[in-house]
Amino acid sequence: MIVNEQLAIDHGLKKDEYAKICELLKRTPNITELGIFSAMWNEHCSYKSSRLHLKKLPIKGKQVIQGPGENAGVVDIGDNDAIVFKIESHNHPSFIEPYQGAATGVGGIMRDVFTMGARPIANLNSIHFGSPQHKKTKNLLRGVVHGIGGYGNCMGVPTIAGQTNFDSSYNGNILVNAMTLGLVKKDKIFYSKAAGLNKPVIYVGSKTGRDGIHGASMASASFDEKIEEKKPTVQVGDPFTEKLLLEACLELMAGDSIIAIQDMGAAGLTSSSIEMASKGNLGIEINLNKVPCRETKMSPYEIMLSESQERMLIVLENGKEDQAKKIFDKWNLDFAVIGKTTKSKKIELYFDDEKVADIPVNILVENSPMYDRKWKKSKLPKKNKIKKEDLKNLKIIDVLKKVLSNPNVCSKDWIWQQYDHTVMGDTIQKPGGDSGVVRVHGTDKAVAASVDSSAVYCWAHPLTGGKQIVCESFRNLISVGAKPVAITNCLNFGSPENEENMGEFVECVQGIGEAAEYLNFPVVSGNVSFYNQTKEEGIKPTPTIGGVGLIKKYKKMITMDFKEVDNIVLAIGKTEGHIDQSLFARHILNEKNGPPPEINLFNEKNNGETLLKLIDAGHIKSAHDVSIGGIITAVSKMCIKGNKGIDLKKPKYLINEIEYFFAEDQGRYIIEVSKDSLKKVTDVLNKNAVHFDELGTINEDKLFINDKTKVSIDELKTSNTNWLTNYMSK
Amino acid sequence: MKSSVITFPGSNCDRDMDVALKKFGFKNKMVWHDDIELPKSDLVVLPGGFSYGDYLRCGSMASKSKIMKSIINFANSGGMVMGICNGFQILVETGLVPGVLLRNKYLEFICKNVFVKIKNKQNTYFKNIDNDVLEFHIAHNEGNYFCTKDQLKEIEDNEQVAINYCNKSGNTEEQFNPNGSIKNIAGIFNKEKNVLGMMPHPERMIDPSLSGEDGSIFFNNLINNLK
Repeated sequence: MIVNEQLAIDHGLKKDEYAKICELLKRTPNITELGIFSAMWNEHCSYKSSRLHLKKLPIKGKQVIQGPGENAGVVDIGDNDAIVFKIESHNHPSFIEPYQGAATGVGGIMRDVFTMGARPIANLNSIHFGSPQHKKTKNLLRGVVHGIGGYGNCMGVPTIAGQTNFDSSYNGNILVNAMTLGLVKKDKIFYSKAAGLNKPVIYVGSKTGRDGIHGASMASASFDEKIEEKKPTVQVGDPFTEKLLLEACLELMAGDSIIAIQDMGAAGLTSSSIEMASKGNLGIEINLNKVPCRETKMSPYEIMLSESQERMLIVLENGKEDQAKKIFDKWNLDFAVIGKTTKSKKIELYFDDEKVADIPVNILVENSPMYDRKWKKSKLPKKNKIKKEDLKNLKIIDVLKKVLSNPNVCSKDWIWQQYDHTVMGDTIQKPGGDSGVVRVHGTDKAVAASVDSSAVYCWAHPLTGGKQIVCESFRNLISVGAKPVAITNCLNFGSPENEENMGEFVECVQGIGEAAEYLNFPVVSGNVSFYNQTKEEGIKPTPTIGGVGLIKKYKKMITMDFKEVDNIVLAIGKTEGHIDQSLFARHILNEKNGPPPEINLFNEKNNGETLLKLIDAGHIKSAHDVSIGGIITAVSKMCIKGNKGIDLKKPKYLINEIEYFFAEDQGRYIIEVSKDSLKKVTDVLNKNAVHFDELGTINEDKLFINDKTKVSIDELKTSNTNWLTNYMSK
Repeated sequence: MKSSVITFPGSNCDRDMDVALKKFGFKNKMVWHDDIELPKSDLVVLPGGFSYGDYLRCGSMASKSKIMKSIINFANSGGMVMGICNGFQILVETGLVPGVLLRNKYLEFICKNVFVKIKNKQNTYFKNIDNDVLEFHIAHNEGNYFCTKDQLKEIEDNEQVAINYCNKSGNTEEQFNPNGSIKNIAGIFNKEKNVLGMMPHPERMIDPSLSGEDGSIFFNNLINNLK
């Protein structure tokens, strides 16, 4: 095949990028080399549009063992224990083929975690779909949920929390973000940096097939009407093989024979081998005839670009091959010595005794393109004035029922009951709470995790929205009694070549950075997914934050369900009555404009840390953060979960009832305290200058509002639980 | 008391079962599917998971593993063998217990707490349990128990039904059936009652911090009955 500019463009490279390749190589690349460049230089692998901005994120902290740049981030949780975690997108493949796309997303992220020597202990996911009325939504949702469950359940890793949203901006581009946490001993962490000359390079796992060729390039482009043709670029997952690979790798890792290990994810053998060589400042030589193949007559080009799943590349110590092979034989997995490390600092590939690629590693990595794309700054939208007559005719209970049954608020039992969330026997907080919590096996510690996004806020004002999601993650961890440790982010945006989309990206990242810095909640890993758009239509900016927190004594963990009649309920944090961009404004008043709620980082930190102290002292019976739907939605959920009611009273503020109950001001929590500890709690809140309102007293089974309006909790429960099940069974 | 938990490729509740058995006083050994000999055991457990990826049929490939020959001999000579979830699926594939396990009625994986009513207490597994109803946990895709009419008659005549799905007060109406199992059957014995297959996971209910504690009742009782 003749390599020319047109062929390079067909591979997704730009004209000037192709010219740069020829210039760097001082010749025209052959077809295999062109494939390698296209895989390494696409957006997905090279982060060419995002690198410049990601550099500004705070990535340090004394809890951080490994920040971004490895397979996953690592944080210290004491006693020689560490948590390895990362979130990753699998958006494009999931839209084309929802089951396999979602399944391999889960498989890929678990591989990233166990590549570092950690046993996965929890999975989470954040999934976004188009409008429920859109013709594709139901099937996509079903396929994605089955795919996530199909993979995670088989692996025997509990799925402990998640988030599901619907918005018409995802009609043509759904989002599937999967996160995994793993547990490792601090002194047994494995990295991808190759070291030493003439060390054997080993291929283990599944055989290589023709699936997923150019998957990473596909994920670096927008969709058009021909997306169905891209189905062959979606990988096919086999969780059974991955389970074997996990056990085999951990068995090998218990010894001391591994120098470096890297999973074959996006861009398969290409990116894994180049990454290891680049980090080790070495060369790698591979004989492609030795790569175990599933299909006959695979060309070097296909072998290098296949994204077949469940494969790993390992650099071993010399002489350890037999010992390692025995382990992989035991688990019935392929094991092949396919090459060695060299001092050439080049990637050299051989096939049928011919050299089929010869590229200096630094050209592929350090010389990869980096763009300072043009971007447009967003203005803070003007506040709307809510007309009193708009509110007059609203009955608060009717509004509440509408809010509770809104697809973005309603209970997601239909989804998480399809995920095994109890396997491994350490899940102490199941999905449906503020965070999922698993014990650190055999210890008194537990780890909490949550995934959050607020696309509506990010769309209205990216800088504020970026800050808000970090704060929301912080609050979700605090609400279960966990000290926030660090975050991972999955940045889902439209095309970076569009100034507005790029502006959303830049400012969301800035917001995430500011909040993460202030809250000492550093970013230790992440992933960027651009081109989430079909033709010209992009998604709402949807950065997703995966937060991880630590509970030192798991028995101190709390949940959100109301516990006891006659206990007192307080709202922590000030309610100013911010209605713009609230669920109430968008779905009840049908008002889509206006700014998102403001973020006050001082209050976030102060309110959160004060509450955490109160939880640690054992004064709090239940807690829940206030998010979309406002105070009354949060309180209703606590009632529903605990099968209890409440006599709710609006404090004597200047704002009216509707504003008080449905506003989405930030930095707020609802807490339950016993009468006996009320004074102690309010003293601590006062001393720390934390604003609080007394909301009312817990009763048996009804929600009263200011003594006059009432509704049974059963009725609210029906509104909250029925929507999704009914939707999926229609 | 000595127990053995078998690990097949794809088993994923083997560690959980090991933790549970040890917690209630068993001396447990993990046994690899490719081994030929079964260590001396008072109880053998086939754990949950996805042995051989559920390929072909759930449990079918595992039922042909090397270790299964010894386990079948052990069971036929009266040894206690318990299969949980995928272990139950393996047991039906070996024929040690009758029937088959089909896909759940609504074609979806189900992970949740359920109540089961103990149908037969004249056996080592459930003898001396005070409760009639236990709260267990299920997590499966193929737990829909099915057998022919003749088999069902035989099973009932021999009092081989161990537990049925029910509600909190022990009502075994169809509406409390999570997966479509015939007669709400959640677990059955062989004729001699030394082999038990059941879909629920008692090993996930052994600590107040987890989904519940009724698994502790089951294991405590089991080890006492074996002593």
